[in-house]
Amino acid sequence: MNPTVAAASVIAASLAVGLASLGPGLGQGNAASRAVEGIARQPEADGKIRGTLLLSLAFMEALTIYGLVVALVLLFANPFAG
Amino acid sequence: MMINFAALEVGKHFYWHIGKLEVHGQVLIVTWIVMAVLVILSSLATRSLQRVPGGLQNFMEYALEFVQDVAKTAIGEREYRPWLPFVGTFFLFILVSNWLGALIPWKLIVLPEGELAAPTSDINTTVALALLVSGLYFWAGISKKGLGYFAKYVQPTPILLPINILEDFTKPLSLSFRLFGNILADELVVGVLVFLVPVFVPLPMMALGLFAGSIQALIFATLAATYIGEALEGHGEEEHGH
Repeated sequence: MNPTVAAASVIAASLAVGLASLGPGLGQGNAASRAVEGIARQPEADGKIRGTLLLSLAFMEALTIYGLVVALVLLFANPFAG
Repeated sequence: MMINFAALEVGKHFYWHIGKLEVHGQVLIVTWIVMAVLVILSSLATRSLQRVPGGLQNFMEYALEFVQDVAKTAIGEREYRPWLPFVGTFFLFILVSNWLGALIPWKLIVLPEGELAAPTSDINTTVALALLVSGLYFWAGISKKGLGYFAKYVQPTPILLPINILEDFTKPLSLSFRLFGNILADELVVGVLVFLVPVFVPLPMMALGLFAGSIQALIFATLAATYIGEALEGHGEEEHGH
């Protein structure tokens, strides 16, 4: 592989995961804090809140995973490796 | 002789040549194992049905009720029944493949090239599953409303037509990438940790992988059911007022 392409791919892969985790991190923190608030107000709705929280956390996690997929493609199946 | 526990092999496959086709043999092997596990478990559980379920039958009835609940909330009480087998198959297949991929020490079985892993950590499996969902929600909509199904593309205003069409492409894309990325990420994280510290340290990550695998199976089934429910309801039904 061309060394420039290799270096650029590694930097791009790390940026892809790092930047893609920013937004979902904020979102997950927000969702979790609201869920804790909800449980503190209504401890009897505990199970329902936890279920919904887990499902929505997984959706946010998926956004980071998209970045990870891009990073993996760059590292292991680079289309520009030539 | 040292067994190499910690080789990370991404993008290497054990190719089988069938006619002109090249298929990933390692994925097919594990897929067949998953199917065998499911078939054997269900036939064992239904072999001697009891009025008061116990043991395996009880467990399988619990699984059925769980899947029923998923389908019912997403598709609706009236129409969920014909779609239950489809949603349930998705849930069970993905769950069992994620868990088998994480629980069975596949590295002990050495293939000429590539390694055995969860079938869902191969993009081809997840794309196939996602395209099945796509085809099925089209079929659900068209079989219920005929060509009137396509009216939903211009439903609020015709301006949204491109976005509505785009949605049909993003749905399978996000479904397949979500599942593939999550499962592959778990395997890679465990692989890297095993590479660094081979004992005890990867255990919490493995437990997290099991948890994530079951959540992903639930999400895939829920989303598949939701898409089908969307195609069945649409805007046409609101006129009848229910």
